[in-house]
Amino acid sequence: MSIKKRRSLGREELKRIIDLCRSVDIKGLNPFLVDVEDLVTIIKEYFPDWKETWDLCLDAEALNEIASVVNLQSEWVKHRATSLYMDPFLIEEKLHILKAENIAQIFLKIWHPLIEFEQISIHSIGEATKYWKSLLPLDERWQETSIVERELERATRKDLIEQKILAEESFSAELESLWEELKHKVGNYGKVRYWDFIGADTYQETVMRAYLTSFLITYGYATLEIYPLEEEIFIKPFEKPIPIQKMKQQLASFPISISLEEWVRWRENQGA
Amino acid sequence: MERKPRSLKRKTYYAMKMKRAVHLLFYKRHSKPGVKGWELRRALGPDYPKVISLIDDYLEKLDLKVNTIFEEGTPPEKPTREQLDKARFYVTLRGSLTPKEEKLVGLRIDDIAILAISIAYIISKRGKAPRKDLEDLLRKKMPGWRVDLNINRYIRSGYLSEDENGQLYLDWRTRAEVDQKALINLLLESEVLS
Repeated sequence: MSIKKRRSLGREELKRIIDLCRSVDIKGLNPFLVDVEDLVTIIKEYFPDWKETWDLCLDAEALNEIASVVNLQSEWVKHRATSLYMDPFLIEEKLHILKAENIAQIFLKIWHPLIEFEQISIHSIGEATKYWKSLLPLDERWQETSIVERELERATRKDLIEQKILAEESFSAELESLWEELKHKVGNYGKVRYWDFIGADTYQETVMRAYLTSFLITYGYATLEIYPLEEEIFIKPFEKPIPIQKMKQQLASFPISISLEEWVRWRENQGA
Repeated sequence: MERKPRSLKRKTYYAMKMKRAVHLLFYKRHSKPGVKGWELRRALGPDYPKVISLIDDYLEKLDLKVNTIFEEGTPPEKPTREQLDKARFYVTLRGSLTPKEEKLVGLRIDDIAILAISIAYIISKRGKAPRKDLEDLLRKKMPGWRVDLNINRYIRSGYLSEDENGQLYLDWRTRAEVDQKALINLLLESEVLS
């Protein structure tokens, strides 16, 4: 047999091994149906023929799939050793024999449903009422922007910055400087109240700082400490940014309202 | 004479902590009900297991219990502080519902049967089963539209989960609400009765 033909045959064999191992995992078949030793012998037989990177990758993949089957075999044995083990065929048979009502009655005996309340509080009703009052009717909110005709003129960089089309510095530079400011502000305490950090002299600037701060948190420069019962939120900078992939906690969105009323209240508390 | 005020203070201390813990346990604050151990520690202090144990004793009279579900699945004999912090605490029914009470949970008897069969089938398949196989099994006794509707409903409510390959698994709500070992034992016994 020519070396070319042998390699082609070898590739087919490796693909077959990969498919076989994957189907055992996906279909939940008995992993002991796979003769691991036999598969390893085939891999060994063709290994000296592989020169190309692609073939070596295929070889490694086949070996990896065999390792997965060995792992499944170990889990299979462990499961059979537990009291939860029951032959799938046996349970399927039982589910066929029993009436749906009987199965439901059995289930009711071992089912302990969760108790959970979803109840609105007086505080939430108050907040919702305030929101409703301040909400403009849809026809006002969805009004088409009227276009004012003006003569053509050249826009300067300053104009674009004023209109917030261009930023004074790049976004990442803005984030970095805000992060430095945060680290400086927390000092030895390690954290600062959220509103004390984002709060600024004007409402517009406060909203801008809150917007940038949300990116500080999302990009792993800082984190929030939330005390729901005390209704307090602190922001805590990290010494080095932590990439999202490396964060141990599950990521979750946390909405914080930055309303004009809250800003006014914060300003009053600041004694301004 | 000095002991009495100290013990009163202690009682007041735990009564306050219990009230706070009850708020956290009963009211849904995230997408999932219940509360994580670390959240309890943050709100109640390091002796939160003691507070939970007091609540559990109190709830026993009401046929409720605080159920602790550990990340590892099987509950450890002596859980470490770290294991408790990562665990989730739920309030569940201590006893069981009678067949007459099934309507209290807003499910029909055949909906409950579909849930029971799905859970039992997945357990028998070592914790994962192709959705198609389960649907084929259920369709032998239930109309197809009801099977599909219910499987989707149980995925949404956290009893089951499905991956991109169409494999079904048992999810967090099954771990919290269903005594899997008892379900299997009862099904085994039921063969004799049927």
